[in-house]
Amino acid sequence: MRLLKIVPDNTNIGFVRVRHWAFAITAILTILAIGAVGWRGLNLGVDFVGGVMIESQFQSPPPLDQVRATVDELGLGEAQLQQFAEATRVAIRLPLPHSSDDGATNAMVKKVQAAVAAKFPGVSFPRYNTVSGKVSGELVQNGILAVVLAVFGIAVFSWFRYEWQFGVSTFVAIVHDVLITLGFFAVTQMEVDLNIVAAMLTIVGYSINDKMVIDDRIRENMRKYRQMDMRALIDLSVNETLPRTVMTSLTIMLALGSLLLFGGHVLRGFTWAMMLGIVVGTYSSVYVSSSLLITLGVGPHSFVPRSDSRASGAERISRREG
Amino acid sequence: MLDFPRWKIWSISLLLLAGVLLAIPSLIPEAQVARWPGWIPAPRVNLGLDLAGGSHILLEADTADLAKQELAKMTENVRTEMRRADPAIDIGDISTSDGRLAFYVRNIAQLDAAVEKARTLTTAVGVTGQRDWNVAVVNSSQVVMTQTPAGLDSATDAAMKGATEVVRKRIDALGTKEPTIIQQGKDRILVQVPGLQDPQALKDLIGKTAKLEFRLVDTTANPADLMKGRAPIGSEVVPYPGNPQGIPVIALQRRVLITGDQLIDAKQAYDQNNQAVVTIRFDSAGALKFGQITQQNVNKPFAMVLDGRVLSAPNINEPILGGTAQISGNFNVESANNLAIALRSGKLPVALKVIEESTVRAELGADSIRAGVTASIIAVALVVAFMLVSYGRFGVYANLAVIINVFVILGVMALLNATLTLPGIAGFVLTIGTAVDANVLINERIREERRRGRNVFSAVENGYKEASRTIFEANVTHAIAGLIMLVLGSGPVKGFAAVLLIGIATSVFTAVVFTRMLVALWIRRNRPTDITI
Repeated sequence: MRLLKIVPDNTNIGFVRVRHWAFAITAILTILAIGAVGWRGLNLGVDFVGGVMIESQFQSPPPLDQVRATVDELGLGEAQLQQFAEATRVAIRLPLPHSSDDGATNAMVKKVQAAVAAKFPGVSFPRYNTVSGKVSGELVQNGILAVVLAVFGIAVFSWFRYEWQFGVSTFVAIVHDVLITLGFFAVTQMEVDLNIVAAMLTIVGYSINDKMVIDDRIRENMRKYRQMDMRALIDLSVNETLPRTVMTSLTIMLALGSLLLFGGHVLRGFTWAMMLGIVVGTYSSVYVSSSLLITLGVGPHSFVPRSDSRASGAERISRREG
Repeated sequence: MLDFPRWKIWSISLLLLAGVLLAIPSLIPEAQVARWPGWIPAPRVNLGLDLAGGSHILLEADTADLAKQELAKMTENVRTEMRRADPAIDIGDISTSDGRLAFYVRNIAQLDAAVEKARTLTTAVGVTGQRDWNVAVVNSSQVVMTQTPAGLDSATDAAMKGATEVVRKRIDALGTKEPTIIQQGKDRILVQVPGLQDPQALKDLIGKTAKLEFRLVDTTANPADLMKGRAPIGSEVVPYPGNPQGIPVIALQRRVLITGDQLIDAKQAYDQNNQAVVTIRFDSAGALKFGQITQQNVNKPFAMVLDGRVLSAPNINEPILGGTAQISGNFNVESANNLAIALRSGKLPVALKVIEESTVRAELGADSIRAGVTASIIAVALVVAFMLVSYGRFGVYANLAVIINVFVILGVMALLNATLTLPGIAGFVLTIGTAVDANVLINERIREERRRGRNVFSAVENGYKEASRTIFEANVTHAIAGLIMLVLGSGPVKGFAAVLLIGIATSVFTAVVFTRMLVALWIRRNRPTDITI
């Protein structure tokens, strides 16, 4: 039986050669992403800005301006509408009522539901969510803190396990991944809710996974071929691990694709973020973080004083003879 | 590498079998599991509210209100203690503002004694031995007491414990299924009630402080002054929404005759006009006091005050001696019942406010589960097919590992009583994708080693050895991200992190240890000279 090989054996692609192009593209994309976030802003969900979100399920796709007019007539503040991928599902978002009384929010939800139901018979309201400004502030804080801690924690880990250059290159690449994903949300104006923070952290985790595998191979090759030119060595390492990089990205894409198509509307934003993150993370592993090591000056002197490479080499020889 | 002793094979197999068996109760309907004999352990994965449907409410204590209460309590204590001192200490000009209590000692010679007495009212809190109140002398005749932050913290702590208990009692009285009521952080209570569709009744019930007081009505006040918020000396203006006199306020004497603390029972009932009322019963001391008060105030109106609002202000027609009373107001059966529950469960030591709330209907939850299961099955099918065409026999081993892993994750979650949320399902599907990464690493490494000309045995051995180190490194970093999510994430994100972490642990085991065993057994039996990979 012939097995499927997506990446042919012994590829020799010159990743390092195009690194200046890669760096330039990466920098431009990152700047564009930051610009998009700054210019268009993020469509933050009620989790992060506080407010009331009422999801409504209509019999047939409703005319959005009529729904908006119905809600606006109640004078509860400016309504924001958002249609899910199924056109019959609409999220109605409103600012929190000014009164601090608990009953006020509920009365507001009831009022909106009654008004919409009167105008559009057969509508149902599968879920709603209200978050006060105080809680949402904390959620924003915790979300940002979580992502920042994860990025730093992982960079420090790779600094300890390897050399500082590895820590820095990983750090730069992950920050790039996170920013591009944020930029994607700014451009598409998809809603950013708590789940997106989870997606962000998973992207960080996955992207780092990828970089660790390549870094690990670079270290192994540096111990094996002390005299090899760094550029050739990094190209060799990336090429050697390329089949794995592609295979794993593809399997995860298969899993995410099934989640996107069959996983229901609530998770859709999450899945899009993950898919984009996988593509960006794979790109930055292959083209950016490893080549960045050369710019940062990793050379034959790195990893020299360690004796364990010799030991493992010796073991390998003895086993082979036996 | 071929060296897999029998005991190792057995323990790996048994461990995985146990994991798979633990998953079974979660996969079949609950009603069926309930019919199993009791000696079979049947741990189930909890479903989060986004999957089960229900209400989630986050309550926060009003600490400013608590501080005010504390100040009032201390003022009362100072008054009685100074009077009780021997000889009595004469104090005056008691004022409370900005969280400080200040009073003058009329006889300067008694200043030290007054400070001494005030100090005995404070207690040490925490491990540092700090007092809960600071006592200081200002202008050599005024004593100032302020609550320390540590003191307020400890008061909050005690109040929260009580409040959580009261909330639990009230919700239990509603008879809903398996509510979760836990204190979160310093001053919050998280309430989750699966299956509840309309949380209004629940919020009404939780929101009641249930501070019940009986006070006399000040009949000397004139309505015009009352509307301006002015009351005669010794009285105060209190809201009275159902006042038959047409104004929404009433003047009540400041003195509280009797409080709800001495209740032993409260029930919803009907009065002679078939109106819903709440009947209450006092304990013996309370009954005696209630009897005396009603005896002394026949033909005077008295007010029943709940949480600072007057419910009704009837006349005392005759002394009430039996220790039972009837609270009437604008009740319907439901609201009377809620009040009875609130009174029975005791008063909340601190006012609570809803700061976050979400409700998911059970149908949406069921849809999400169905979608999640479909997505998982299709994801597994796709990944399995892909691995099979890519790695042949080694792909089969990896696939066995992935499928077992799916069950083991469920089993471990059930064992740890973890909660599966909607993002958790996403984590589940994602884990299916990442779990094979370890096998991809191993198999690619074996391919490489074969290309370099190693024989089958040495290629497989090296493949596993070299890849294991990489797998360890990669998974540690992944786990760092997961741990951070678990600690800092809230609600659904925590659920996602739990699945991710469990998945990392189990997938390393199934992908590395288990497949290695399968490969070793195969090689030992067949001694192949070439492999297709």
